[in-house]
Amino acid sequence: MARKTELYARHIALNGRMIDFAGWLLPVQYPTGPIEEHHTVRRAAGLFDIDHMGQLVVRGPDALPFLQRVLTTDISRMATGEARYSLVCYEDGGVVDDVFVYRLPDRYFIAINAANVDKDTSWFRYHIGRFQATVENVSEETYMLALQGPQAEAILQKLTPAQLDKLTYHRATESKVAGVPTLIGRTGYTGEDGFELFFPREKATLLWDGIMEAGAPLGLKPIGLAARDSLRFEPKLPLYGQEISATINPLEAGLGWAVSFEKGDFIGRSALLKVKLEGPARKLVGLEMVERGVPRHGYAIALDGRTIGEVTTGMYAPTADKYLALAFVPPAQAAIGTEVQVVIRGEGRRARVVKTPFYTPAYRR
Amino acid sequence: MKVDKASRYTRTHEWVRLEGEEAVSGITDYAQEQLSDIVYVELPAVGEHFGKGEVYGVVESVKAASDNYMPVAGTITAVNEGLADEPQLVNTDPYGAGWMIRFKPDDPAEIDQLMDAASYEEFVSSLEGAH
Repeated sequence: MARKTELYARHIALNGRMIDFAGWLLPVQYPTGPIEEHHTVRRAAGLFDIDHMGQLVVRGPDALPFLQRVLTTDISRMATGEARYSLVCYEDGGVVDDVFVYRLPDRYFIAINAANVDKDTSWFRYHIGRFQATVENVSEETYMLALQGPQAEAILQKLTPAQLDKLTYHRATESKVAGVPTLIGRTGYTGEDGFELFFPREKATLLWDGIMEAGAPLGLKPIGLAARDSLRFEPKLPLYGQEISATINPLEAGLGWAVSFEKGDFIGRSALLKVKLEGPARKLVGLEMVERGVPRHGYAIALDGRTIGEVTTGMYAPTADKYLALAFVPPAQAAIGTEVQVVIRGEGRRARVVKTPFYTPAYRR
Repeated sequence: MKVDKASRYTRTHEWVRLEGEEAVSGITDYAQEQLSDIVYVELPAVGEHFGKGEVYGVVESVKAASDNYMPVAGTITAVNEGLADEPQLVNTDPYGAGWMIRFKPDDPAEIDQLMDAASYEEFVSSLEGAH
């Protein structure tokens, strides 16, 4: 039985089309439709109910060395109030989850994927060992909204005393929004400037209503999961279960920049170092359809009648206005301009390897 | 949900109407609304023959691909080329600019055996009630 978020009644009132996503009933779209919602976020601003996302809090004198061991990224030089993307890997280099780590004055705060909350909590706790650190799953009491788009700052500034023009890309601050104590991160997963907000669950409708009202004159609209997917796809932001998983390592997925081999040992290091030295067996590339058709997750990539790879995400990309895919192919077929085929309903259709990202993020740095 | 009084309807949510010797067909307003934003339409070649209920094409929305079924048997005489660049016409004008195929029916009388607009509306509300 899927769970309702605190904003379920709001989504129903807005005629959101509700689906079960990772055990949560969430709007896949509102009546305007996913393509218009996508454009709204690129051109104005969108508000996303993403309470399905989970959060962990790590504290204690050994919190830093513990996280250095569990995460692939080097967080030792992170400043207080900084946020950073990282992967959590298995010993074999496969991915447990991809996360955002926030360094706060008294703790590390980690945003994790909805489907991985229980797995991550167990994984982190299992690896505490002799480290003096605690891992707390605060997903239940923490609500999460994302406010994304070029108008996001103007909208949020109406509701918070925090100086948002000084809160730069991947910085976070603990302040108030509409009077509610909120962790404001200049983060997001759409390729646009914007914020992610963490605050007490019981304040969800208060913040949602406040932001919707403040944003209405600036073109703010609620955004569903379908547009969330196309928005993260164009700037090539990976989705767990598609571009990365227990059987896909970060180097294959082009996420080597989030793996630090220099910081000392971490879980998965030796396996990943081997991949780095030998070169990954497959590479994530961008594909553009030459022949018309919609590539979709799971479709085979073929060359000369032989299956050589698979689409991880594919769709009609609204801002690029093209039929595009991310796909794994052997390194020999990964060069820009290489022609392959996407197998759509049993028929190979021509596609070409193109540069990624499909959309250059519009972050304010 | 809009219906076109001049059309007949299938249980798979196609509309079809006779225009002289030829029939025109597409998907209904209910179907386009269920599918949501349509991003691609695949249509048959002119001259192809399809039996009643056979798959003649595919319509793809943001969410998924779904088949289009021939409302009655016939031979394709034209397809809506405009949908290649503007598949969203199926969303905005399903009974007009969003048409998909024109065809010569084997037996035009077969069309009269399909649901009329009122019966189709009743059929859709029975589906809605089942939710």
